[in-house]
Amino acid sequence: MTTKLMGTGVQRVEDQRFLRGLGRYADDVAVDPSTLHAAVLRSPHAHARIVDIDVADVLDVEGVHAVWTYDDLTGPMAEPLPLLIPHPMLTHGRTQYALAKDEVNYVGEAIAFVVADDRYVAEDAVGKIKVSYELLPPVVGIDAARAADRLVHDDVPGNVGARMEQNTGDVQAAMAAAPHRLTLDLTVERSACMPMEGRGTVARWDPDIDRLQVWSSTQTSTGVRAVVAVKLGLDLRQVDVITPDVGGGFGVKINHPWPEELLVPLAARTLGRTVKFTEDRREHFISTAHERGQVQYIEVGFDDDGRLLALDVKFWHDHGAYTPYGLIVPIITSTQLLGPYKPEVYRVVFESLYTNTVMVTPYRGAGRPQGCFAMERTMDAIAAELGKDRTEVRAVNFIQPDEFPFEQGLVFQDGRELTYDSGDYPASLEKIKALIGWDEFPAFRAEMAAEGRQVGIGLACYVEGTGVGPYEGAHVHVETSGKVKVATGLTTQGQGHATVFAQLVADELGCRFEDVEVVTGDTRRMPYAVGTFASRAAVMSGSAIHLAAKRAKEKALKIAAEALEASPDDLQIVDGVVSVKGSPGSSIDLGTVAVLSNPLRYAFDEASKAATQFTVGDPGKPPVAEDEEPGLEGTDFYSPERSTFASGMHAVIVETDPLTAEIRILKYAVVHDCGKLINPMIVEGQIHGGVAQGVGGALYERMVYDESGQLLNASFMDFLMPYVTEVPDGIDIDHLETPSPLNPLGIKGAGEAGVIPSAAVFASAIEDAESIPITAMPISPSELFHLRLTHAEETP
Amino acid sequence: MKPAPFAYVRPGSLADALSALAGDPGAKVLAGGQSLVPLLSMRLAAPSTLVDINGLPGLDAVTVTADGVRVGALARHADVLAHDEAARVQPLLRLALSHVAHATIRNRGTTVGSIVHADAAAEMPVVLTLLGGSVEVAGPSGTRTIPATDLYVGPLETCLAQDEIATTAFFPALAPGARVAFAEIARRHGDYALVGAAALVDGDSVRVGYVSVGDVPTVVDLTGVPLNEMAATALAQLDPADDIHATAAYRAQLVRVLTERVVTEARTDD
Repeated sequence: MTTKLMGTGVQRVEDQRFLRGLGRYADDVAVDPSTLHAAVLRSPHAHARIVDIDVADVLDVEGVHAVWTYDDLTGPMAEPLPLLIPHPMLTHGRTQYALAKDEVNYVGEAIAFVVADDRYVAEDAVGKIKVSYELLPPVVGIDAARAADRLVHDDVPGNVGARMEQNTGDVQAAMAAAPHRLTLDLTVERSACMPMEGRGTVARWDPDIDRLQVWSSTQTSTGVRAVVAVKLGLDLRQVDVITPDVGGGFGVKINHPWPEELLVPLAARTLGRTVKFTEDRREHFISTAHERGQVQYIEVGFDDDGRLLALDVKFWHDHGAYTPYGLIVPIITSTQLLGPYKPEVYRVVFESLYTNTVMVTPYRGAGRPQGCFAMERTMDAIAAELGKDRTEVRAVNFIQPDEFPFEQGLVFQDGRELTYDSGDYPASLEKIKALIGWDEFPAFRAEMAAEGRQVGIGLACYVEGTGVGPYEGAHVHVETSGKVKVATGLTTQGQGHATVFAQLVADELGCRFEDVEVVTGDTRRMPYAVGTFASRAAVMSGSAIHLAAKRAKEKALKIAAEALEASPDDLQIVDGVVSVKGSPGSSIDLGTVAVLSNPLRYAFDEASKAATQFTVGDPGKPPVAEDEEPGLEGTDFYSPERSTFASGMHAVIVETDPLTAEIRILKYAVVHDCGKLINPMIVEGQIHGGVAQGVGGALYERMVYDESGQLLNASFMDFLMPYVTEVPDGIDIDHLETPSPLNPLGIKGAGEAGVIPSAAVFASAIEDAESIPITAMPISPSELFHLRLTHAEETP
Repeated sequence: MKPAPFAYVRPGSLADALSALAGDPGAKVLAGGQSLVPLLSMRLAAPSTLVDINGLPGLDAVTVTADGVRVGALARHADVLAHDEAARVQPLLRLALSHVAHATIRNRGTTVGSIVHADAAAEMPVVLTLLGGSVEVAGPSGTRTIPATDLYVGPLETCLAQDEIATTAFFPALAPGARVAFAEIARRHGDYALVGAAALVDGDSVRVGYVSVGDVPTVVDLTGVPLNEMAATALAQLDPADDIHATAAYRAQLVRVLTERVVTEARTDD
């Protein structure tokens, strides 16, 4: 194949398996009847002291093998779960125990762990555990957390886990000098990832080799491996973690270890049996993680053109009961809030607050949707104040194409300077205006109004730091069959990695695409890795795979050059065959090169004879040269200086029903810049999925807690994810490709982009349709109806 | 989310089914299972015996006569929805059924099951009540017919005894010259309605049945009420409530919108 696969919409090699139901998920591992199954007793109270746990009745249940409570845990297992990302400003970080010690802080917190013959029996047994509680007053919602009349943790004053400030200058002076000023009070509610597959862990202890094998539905197999080893007191070499097919993650599975991710291996080792935990949907609602909940206060000063002179943002971030993932979400909100703009002076202060609710860890977008909402609501408010077109106000604030690399003067989530590497925001704006029909909209609005219909148009811009470090690695191995085995350590949750990574290998190595097999998330194949999050897989592992393939290619050319008695520079590799350019008769296939790469003493088949000691090599030299290794392999790592910045703009036209306040999407458009595209079809799939999830976050989904801390809608009947009938009928997409200078392929991440501007773009459009300020998202028809009533009362 | 232990029987005759029910006061009937199975899985219901009636002969028929449509206890929503004769004799069946959940649920769920599950947020109990239909019930002492108006006694509660099985629902035919209409507003396609309304207009008579605005399916007689006063008249007899998806005030607004919409539609010549 001479045409490059990079940039072409190659069909996903995964889909045959997935569409035929042949995917193999954690619950599909160890299906034989000897596997034991776990169930967890979870707190029914949001805040309580545990007075006593009585498990006496449990062990009488036939089929129950063991039950654990906190008192049964020893050594590192009895310590709190790790605080994964410490930060100096996280002055009061707290994490839970694998099983609650003395106190529970949210409904759903794990208290006891039962292992039985099957999940039915395990659940029966859980029902027989008697816990007496002393109820404590719960803290629910950001207002209650700020009021701090009650505390989640006695030793965390004011419920404040962290307070953090960053500024780029004297915001008060700049504000005072600004000709115009505005303030905004904004709210974003909680939602959650909701992958189709919940959490799942299977573990098997092999006493014959003193080794633990763990399968987990995780976004980081190396992270799980490290923590399981530490917590169980095993050497790292005794633990393998394999990530099977994962039915979606969206962020929630990057947090680790979940209590069950440790308890299942502990049980497997203790009982000498294979043990499985498969989370059910209710558990996913109440015992994993949520995100998004923030209250924001913004003060902005600007000039007559709408140029940002001073931007002063305060926000309060609800991080739930514990902080295992540190301050990543609010740090991202506070830094990525700036989007494609360059305010003269920016100050941001946030407080990250404890509440007696499910903890908060990143959910696709990871704090950016909230930041985008703050910034874009501000832009719309400035435009309204000045009577200007919303696109004009944005345009005057854009960082210009010739200003890259652009330093925002802030520190990003990776502890490095927030420096944008590339982009072209004015070009994106032109594209999105054309795509949605921005300039033609007034005529369309008039046409609709004549029919008694009410429509609005909205726009939102964002920038996304993607491909965050520290590194990823790859191993490319050409087998003697000519098949190419590729391993990278980060995990796959349905993104199509096996396809795009194979494209990169085929392009660089010159093998056939069909001959490439990609393995991800298996610590036996690549023990050094970080994980899949922050839109980093293509950038990090993609780059590492490209570099590893390059190494394998260089080695192949060297060996082939010797065999063909040609200079490596005169060789080419096409469709897995190395040949001398211009003389097609002189060639050798990659499989044979692989044979030659490994000098043999023993032949085992016809092909291997070619590599034995009386056949090849210069008898005057060592069979393996001093700086060489046997085997046709390449290993390399990619570790960038900093994140690369993707960007995009979304626009939407909505119709709001004057009577029922229903909100209908008439048109949705996306302009997207993730640098060089590896597979446009897969990028567009990411955008479609992101937009669908964004529609959910903007118009349907919320976590409804009552004042006692009970989650009222912990099922798919009441937590409203959009169906195909609720997402836009079609999404118009246009790409811009500004290559990243930070990696060899010029790529940027694309995984989260689709969801980032959703709340902002729908708020913009609904506000435009209704002429009522929209300050809180999500918004339901019932809420819009009440907004209309309130607005009508306020403006007689 | 696994059910608590229960005994399971799958009788081959109605008599056996009735005796299985009579033999265990904690027994429950399983037909389509679209409401019961989730309740079992969440352990919100824990019957000691499930009497699976899917093996009973002759209960899956949809029978259409000049006087109406008889729907057997094992006829699925999808069977009724697809039945052209049923739609001709009583058009409200198809109008309403197209709003019942999703195709996959309609393929399993039974219309009679929905009717006796007695959820005031479901469409078919209201349709039965509005049309003046009835259910035939078999019990230890024989069969009886319960008019829809007597069937519903409270939230998720009918007057059926534990040892009775609803075998047939009867939906009367639409009278010549009468018209029907159905509309509902739901958060998502196929969800339970925030509010639904079904109208039956026959000459001067105007009656509207409402979904999701009270504990039981409610039908309001609006005969003689001017169109612009109908909603107010209806609301005086309805009890819309707040829940996590909508406020009572918003539901009242939907009652206003939908009342006018269905009555106007039912009054309009095709």
